[in-house]
Amino acid sequence: MFPVRIALPNAAKRGDIMEVRTLIQHPMETGLRRDQRGRAIPRDIITHFQCEYGGEVVFEADFFPAVAANPFLTFPLRAVESGDVIFTWTHQDGGETVETRTLTVE
Amino acid sequence: MMAVRAPLIFMLFVLGGCSDTSTKTPDFADRPDLDPSVRVSGFTFLTEETQALQQDDFANPGQLWVDRGAALFGDGEAACSSCHEPDDFSHTATQYPQWNSEHERLINLEGQINQCRTTRQDQPALAYESDDLLALTTFVATQARGDDINVSLTPEMQSAYQSGRDYFFTRRGQLNLACSQCHDDQWGMQLRGDTISQGHSNGFPAYRLQWETLGSLHRRLEECDLGVRAEPRPLGSDEYLAVELYLAIRAQGLPIETPAVRR
Repeated sequence: MFPVRIALPNAAKRGDIMEVRTLIQHPMETGLRRDQRGRAIPRDIITHFQCEYGGEVVFEADFFPAVAANPFLTFPLRAVESGDVIFTWTHQDGGETVETRTLTVE
Repeated sequence: MMAVRAPLIFMLFVLGGCSDTSTKTPDFADRPDLDPSVRVSGFTFLTEETQALQQDDFANPGQLWVDRGAALFGDGEAACSSCHEPDDFSHTATQYPQWNSEHERLINLEGQINQCRTTRQDQPALAYESDDLLALTTFVATQARGDDINVSLTPEMQSAYQSGRDYFFTRRGQLNLACSQCHDDQWGMQLRGDTISQGHSNGFPAYRLQWETLGSLHRRLEECDLGVRAEPRPLGSDEYLAVELYLAIRAQGLPIETPAVRR
């Protein structure tokens, strides 16, 4: 379970440029640290983020071990048509955290 | 010749100092507490960017624990929400730690939540510093955000207050430093890249950038002890509860900032 926060207005005017903000709770463990007994703590990171809107990928990002825990992303999005905005975080093991928000465009 | 002699003299001085202080019983009655007129929150010592992060209710990563706490609050058959409304807690965090007359001991917010779980909800107590206990504590504490710390020191709490105060003024660890030497005497000065804060508790549980996670006041105390290379006390122990009490009295009047963002 990776809790997610997404800030996206429910409704917008056509052509408006909105600021989308996302935050996911994740340790982003680098794989370079050791625990108190000296054992290596295995790497555990999110490797990819993408945002899909109107059937198109409108924003994507690759993550690496140097990204801090609880990655926070902000990006602009132009309101074109009503529909789902789908946010996908891909974990290193291929698992996905997917959140969908519905945007109404007037 | 001087170069060789100087360290020797220094060593003698240090050794002499050790044997002298070890026989002395600490008594800090003559030491003044932090002057209330200069009291400021740790927020003051943050960079503008970190202040902005704390004040942004969306981006503040501590809000992830508030969300989780809100979910736990309404979770299960005997949920917290079956007796309490979140609004009931609009002053709660300002009044802890407090004396629990039923168990005749000092109790902090974490302890109160666990006590509610074991006695009223028939649930096992949550481990100190577990994400669930942190989330519930943060959710309850944040209801009092902006409200000033207002702990009343009852006669039963006097001995805990005194031992917490002694803890604060006692030099400890290989570095032989007391909390007071930085947070009373040197606050506002630079310690390498950081500005030394007054060491107040009003933001906890807080998201620390260094931890990359949210943590309790006791975890912060543990880290302070480790920082001066002293043996830390267990989280939730009576010693740390006593320090928490002294810190709450010391921070009286400062607003609750939970979940604060700290370095």
